[in-house]
Amino acid sequence: MKQSQSVVANSVIFVYSCYLILPLYWLFSMSIQSSQDITTNAGWYPKSPTMANFQEIFTNPVWYEGFLNSLTYVLINSTISIIVALPAAYAFSRYRFLGDKHLFFWLLSNRMAPPAVFLLPFFNMYSSLGLFDTPLAVALAHCLFTVPLAVWILEGFMSSVPRQIDELALLDGHSFVHFFCRIFLPLIRAGIGVTVFFCFMFSWVELLLARTLTASAAKPIAVVMTRTISASGIDWGLLAAAGVLTILPGLVVVFFVRNYLTRGFALGRV
Amino acid sequence: MRKRINNRAWLMVLPVLFLVAMSAVIPLMTVVNYSVQDIFDDNNRVYVGLEWFIQIIRDPELHAALWRQILFSANVLAIEIPLGILIAKAMPRRGSVATGLLIFFAIPLLIPWNVVGTIWQIFARPDIGMAGMSLTSLGLDYNYTANPVDAWFTLVAMDVWHWTSLVVLLVFSGLRAIPEAYYEAAQIDGANRWQMFRHIELPRLKTVLGIAVLLRLMDSLMIYTEPFVLTGGGPGNSTTFLSQYLTRMAVGQFDLGPAAAFSLVYFIMILTLCWLFYSLISPAEEQTER
Repeated sequence: MKQSQSVVANSVIFVYSCYLILPLYWLFSMSIQSSQDITTNAGWYPKSPTMANFQEIFTNPVWYEGFLNSLTYVLINSTISIIVALPAAYAFSRYRFLGDKHLFFWLLSNRMAPPAVFLLPFFNMYSSLGLFDTPLAVALAHCLFTVPLAVWILEGFMSSVPRQIDELALLDGHSFVHFFCRIFLPLIRAGIGVTVFFCFMFSWVELLLARTLTASAAKPIAVVMTRTISASGIDWGLLAAAGVLTILPGLVVVFFVRNYLTRGFALGRV
Repeated sequence: MRKRINNRAWLMVLPVLFLVAMSAVIPLMTVVNYSVQDIFDDNNRVYVGLEWFIQIIRDPELHAALWRQILFSANVLAIEIPLGILIAKAMPRRGSVATGLLIFFAIPLLIPWNVVGTIWQIFARPDIGMAGMSLTSLGLDYNYTANPVDAWFTLVAMDVWHWTSLVVLLVFSGLRAIPEAYYEAAQIDGANRWQMFRHIELPRLKTVLGIAVLLRLMDSLMIYTEPFVLTGGGPGNSTTFLSQYLTRMAVGQFDLGPAAAFSLVYFIMILTLCWLFYSLISPAEEQTER
């Protein structure tokens, strides 16, 4: 069937796009206005645009350190997740072993655990390990849902590589480690990219655990934002500017994996 | 070709096992521990058996939160899944326009959840928000912080904004995997659009739709951050869902015992639902994996 873009289809896309863009436009428009203007002189577009809010964020350590803290634990988390998930995903995709199906579902079940359930024990555990208020604590806590996800996605990508390749390489006399690092990993690099993207995404967007496991030193940006609300009134312009900045890292990573995006969202299963 | 049986593969799974055990099993044991004890301080605890479980099962506020949760999840699933299919079908299948649209649609998924709440707060407030001001100027008495119906409406609109794209991306990738020949054959047989969707597309979308429903079901049952920022559970308790109620109990009031008992029931509830669902869709998955 020739894919014909009918008027109906185009208007569906157009309406949905408007629905997505309007709140984002409003956020951006707020971010370049002063709080004064926002509350007294609201209009459909910014009347006297200013960069003051962004300037405040880039010069005030509370704000930019919040960003750095968030990026730190997200990076630690992605690294750990990939390193432990690669061999496990290979095992699931290539071998049958005692209890493999149950193990796989059990891993998945951690993705289903409401973070709220783990609040207290995490708090106690990381406090007693002396990790409370460090990026490492948040990174490890986020492993609860990023590691199962990483195993799931990587398994999907690995299963689409024919098993004959493994056997040929081993017959050719390559050692397993050499085969895995030099031949196999390059074959699934798209999958690795997508997995990093998903670890990044789920760790970056999470607030509840990050908020509970940090106090002051490792405070992530999301928490800086919520605490600004509860402090002296709400500085809408500043809040909006911080919001705009939190969208940027996601945009950067999504651009890199754009061609594998749909496959990743289908967890490598299409 | 069948997978080989190799029990040494366990060694490769060990790191994951260790890490997940550290971050899931040990904490879960702690929760079990809390749920059967009354803890005054570290050296002073009394075994209370099932008392906490009985207390939370009889808690009327918990029942109310549960019903709100079910209503909310049913609502967003009923809107997001059909809407996602509709939009994915309306997209061009290939080319740079499709890629551009995909990146654009993915944006809401990449925004920190508290910022999603903030965006909708700014957007919906009657005094400074675009939507709020428009509705008010149309003469509607709209105020999501005071009126429960408005609060619900705003929350559902926000969730649809936030998550419909996930369904779109999944269905789109499923649609793209359908070979052209299927459509040609259907056209020769004189199938109309609905028949094509019903008999060709829908069966082949089973896996991706399964994943979409599973993810949306799990995540909507766990929703916490967005309502926390947008409405704070109010007005009154009208948008307090399970996670919010649990967090309030555990961190706000430090009712460790009941909170732990509630945690277990909550976790088992989600697990059972997802397991039922997973076993429903996994035969379809086996087929595609081969």
